Amino acid sequence: MSLVSALTVENLSFSYGGKKALDEVGFAIRPGECTLLLGPNGAGKSTLFALITRLYDARAGKIELCGFDIKKKTGKALARLGVVFQQSTLDIDLTVVQNLNYHAALHGMGGKLAKQRIQQELERLNMYERRFEKIRQLNGGHRRRVEIARALLHKPVLLLLDEPTVGLDVPSRQDIVDHVHRLAKDEKLAVLWASHLIDEVYPGDNLIVLHKGQIKAAGSVSDILGQTGTASVKDAFYTLTQDGQR
Amino acid sequence: MKIMHYWRAMWGIVWRECWRFVTQTERFVSALVRPLVWLFIFAAGFRSALGLAISPPYETYILYEVYIVPGLCGMIQLFNGMQSSLSMVYDREMGSMRILLTCPLPRWFLLFSKLLAGTAVSILQVYVFLAVAWCYEIRPPWAGYGWVLPALILSGMMLGALGLLLSSLIKQLENFAGVMNFVIFPMFFMSTALYPLWKIKESSALLYRLAEYNPFSQGVELIRFALYGQFNQYACLYSLGAFIVFMALAILGYNPSKGMMTRKIGVG
Repeated sequence: MSLVSALTVENLSFSYGGKKALDEVGFAIRPGECTLLLGPNGAGKSTLFALITRLYDARAGKIELCGFDIKKKTGKALARLGVVFQQSTLDIDLTVVQNLNYHAALHGMGGKLAKQRIQQELERLNMYERRFEKIRQLNGGHRRRVEIARALLHKPVLLLLDEPTVGLDVPSRQDIVDHVHRLAKDEKLAVLWASHLIDEVYPGDNLIVLHKGQIKAAGSVSDILGQTGTASVKDAFYTLTQDGQR
Repeated sequence: MKIMHYWRAMWGIVWRECWRFVTQTERFVSALVRPLVWLFIFAAGFRSALGLAISPPYETYILYEVYIVPGLCGMIQLFNGMQSSLSMVYDREMGSMRILLTCPLPRWFLLFSKLLAGTAVSILQVYVFLAVAWCYEIRPPWAGYGWVLPALILSGMMLGALGLLLSSLIKQLENFAGVMNFVIFPMFFMSTALYPLWKIKESSALLYRLAEYNPFSQGVELIRFALYGQFNQYACLYSLGAFIVFMALAILGYNPSKGMMTRKIGVG
């Protein structure tokens, strides 16, 4: 499984002191798949992301990116990962292109290649004309576009997005949701998107419903509707995240 | 290929830090004002109160302003080291530290590069300060301006590593004010930055010992001797040892499996 999967998570558990944040979590994401990780606040989504990006170390379980164990082959695994964190991680005093150049340098890209990749990614998001503007001059939606462009600069196999549309207006949100789904389809990018916004789910997506550190359901939208006997993702989500019901 | 990756990443980190510093005019000016206030006001006031005997590396009687300049260079680096760690706490809260730590290079190397970047900024500040001091007729030999560079690199790295270690222990920005009071001020006042060791010994044997073993004192002495073209071997080895210890502990602090990282980010 791990040979074809962009991301494989097996029996992953994690605790903060005595409090279990993740309990025996396991799933896999293949290239070209867009998987939404749904869960209410405190479900363990951010902890899972911190483990995949190796900000934390998993004490129990295993995480592989393109077959590379995140603990043993950290560099190779992280080189295949693009991340958009929930909080903005751009330097607001630098311009768009300076922020992207910094990221390119961290990934070892030379000047010529960096310039070419920055142009490609910014053009795709209609941001190339604004490359010399400082981040503080951009609105929230444009900042998010820059962060997505940055996460894709080094051509990752897996793109992680941690609630990237929080605080955005409806058109900006829709732009980002559409763009990421296109990327998964056209570029064969594996996407893991944490969200609690049900309307960001497309019919062809896969879903993982996380609640209190446990996976309550995983599969395609139709699988989950079938499992829960509900007519909409919203109903399925509420059914799965209400305590005592399964 | 791998070496180029390391080089580009290190250069990127150093460039970002230096660029941020020179474009943030307020930060640049305030970093310069602090030591200049000490030089122009404090040192001028104390000139008559403190008589200084001839002691190495000085070969003649010197004014108090001349004595205090290496200490103020150290102060610039001490504040800068702490400010870098402040920015790391802030960075981590804001998330850009996450971007750094998720790039595909070993964590020790990223922290080392971050440290180097902070040191480069502090050296820029010190040279601007020395230029102002030169205009104020505090003029070490010309060669001293060259010799002091390696000393500043070592002392800057040592103080930066201390800041890095503290930043790995601090959970929130608010706690930093306490550390400033408990670390910066005792380190600065309990050192040879403002008064020579023999002068402290006259007042208190305990303070003398504390000042002697204070790594900041050794950093200042390294700078003082280098500025006058002399090499203080003891200060150099002591600073190097302190750097290694602080750096090792900071790396441990930022290690995802052994350190304090797991206490920092809330459950989500």
